[in-house]
Amino acid sequence: MDTALLFDNAVVLLPELVLAVGVLVLMMVDITRRGQNGSQLLANMSVVILLLGIGASVMIWSRAPVEYLDGAVSDGFAVSVRLVVLIAGVLGVFLSRNRFPAIERQGGAFYSLHLLAIIGMMLMGTATNLIVLFIALEIFSLALYILSGFYRESPRSIEAAMKYFLLGAFASTFFVYGSALLYGAGGSAHYARIHETLATGGGNPSLVWPGVALLLVGFGFKVSLVPFHMWTPDVYQGAPTPVTAFMSVGTKAAAFAGFFRVMMTALPSYHDQWAMPLAILAVITMTVGNLTALRQSSVKRMLAYSGIAHAGNILIALVAGTVSASAAAAFYLFAYAFMNIGAFAVIIALEKHTGNDNDVEQGRLAGVAERFPALAAAMAIFMLSLSGIPPLAGFFGKFLVFRAAVEEGWAWLVVFGVLNSAISAYYYLRVVVAMYFQQPEEVGDEKDPLDIPVSRSSLFVVTVSAVAVVVIGLQPGLWADLLRGLGQ
Amino acid sequence: MMLETSYYLVLAALIFTVGATGVLLRRNALIIFMCIEMMLNSVNLTLIALARQWGDLEGQIFVFMIMAVAAAEVAVGLAILIANVRHRKSINIDEINLLKW
Repeated sequence: MDTALLFDNAVVLLPELVLAVGVLVLMMVDITRRGQNGSQLLANMSVVILLLGIGASVMIWSRAPVEYLDGAVSDGFAVSVRLVVLIAGVLGVFLSRNRFPAIERQGGAFYSLHLLAIIGMMLMGTATNLIVLFIALEIFSLALYILSGFYRESPRSIEAAMKYFLLGAFASTFFVYGSALLYGAGGSAHYARIHETLATGGGNPSLVWPGVALLLVGFGFKVSLVPFHMWTPDVYQGAPTPVTAFMSVGTKAAAFAGFFRVMMTALPSYHDQWAMPLAILAVITMTVGNLTALRQSSVKRMLAYSGIAHAGNILIALVAGTVSASAAAAFYLFAYAFMNIGAFAVIIALEKHTGNDNDVEQGRLAGVAERFPALAAAMAIFMLSLSGIPPLAGFFGKFLVFRAAVEEGWAWLVVFGVLNSAISAYYYLRVVVAMYFQQPEEVGDEKDPLDIPVSRSSLFVVTVSAVAVVVIGLQPGLWADLLRGLGQ
Repeated sequence: MMLETSYYLVLAALIFTVGATGVLLRRNALIIFMCIEMMLNSVNLTLIALARQWGDLEGQIFVFMIMAVAAAEVAVGLAILIANVRHRKSINIDEINLLKW
């Protein structure tokens, strides 16, 4: 191969390259300060690296889509997903800066894995090749397996890592088997060539169906679609809360980005056939997610099930399968990043006050509004936005996705989506009601709650997220123009 | 004589099924892990067979990537397993029950 080809269009991967170099520098710095405790420096470095990454994405924002070595493309969708992942990453780093003992002790490992996960997630959105897609998926999955078990002293955290790993590795085998069969069907690992071969009547069409079904299992696991969702609440609850916050948004954005691109560029000619099974899956996912969320006592588990329901909503966009639908999904994920991470940031701020290191029980939310009026107000904004009440960001995410689906004639699916939003309002509003209208029960051994001030970096994340949710809600058109779909 | 691709595909599918059944039925985390490796290798077989049918190198490159990833997965997986054994002195997955399934 001509070496010039290697550098041609390499700018497509500029944000990934920036982060990769950044990770190496971060590890070097960690080596030179071996033995020292505290990881604030590394956290600050990670923020700088991620901001450089965002800068690099903005730099290539307005370029026309070009492809790099048959493996990665820089269209609007890739850049939008990248932005979502990077934002989730920055907010996640700020949440991790809260002087958690385990992270303070092994900051080098924590932040480099965090950045590696982000690289993998960004690659998922740009991949135009099954091999690249698989590697990207594994890069971020492996990093997240370790991160979810990062509280090594906590049996729950290790248990979460163990479950995530065993089920994740199991799901990846289905994913890669599906990729192998698609490769066999189209005679190439490159999406556009698979499409070309199949659309002109060549290849092995009989391998397409098993291939798609197996891929669906793999993706279904990563974005936690019912019935592949069983790991989600356990891992979300057991993993360190900052990791949960980051991965709930990051994995969803990355896996959906990969899913969209495979289905819509490699298999658009089969859209009529895969749309219906996905629609049914979306209905089951939304319904089961919302109904189970109703019964959760842990706020983290509740958010896990709500995340499952949101995955169902985003799947509706894929069912519609148009370019505008993919742009709507990007907008949805963008809004979801702020409202979900914001909600987890409030949980982190409250964890220490409610007597549990790594979770908050719903019962303990009573009377929070009196003690922390600002946090309660922000949490209320996030909950209202998650349930899709206008004029907050979450509403417009749902609106755009549903509109794209109606335009393609999926009105019945949208009806299910709207009904499910109504169910979800119940458990989201229950949090708000608990914070504002319930009196806390007197617990004898409770420490004075005002001892520990809420840390500055948590407060920063909460503020940024709350402002973003409101601003996106007030100016949805602006952001909808910015976030683009496949091939745009 | 060249065997038809479909023989390889069926064999790979059988191995994959055996592996998947093992993952679902066995209770020892290490054996589950081995079953997952077996499933990955059946995918490798599929890819090699298909690459031969298409006379194309891409599938073989894919196989190398899967091997590399599988090695990385083993490293991470065994580390998590050991961390788990430190807490529980057991690798039976039925005893992993602090969090509700």
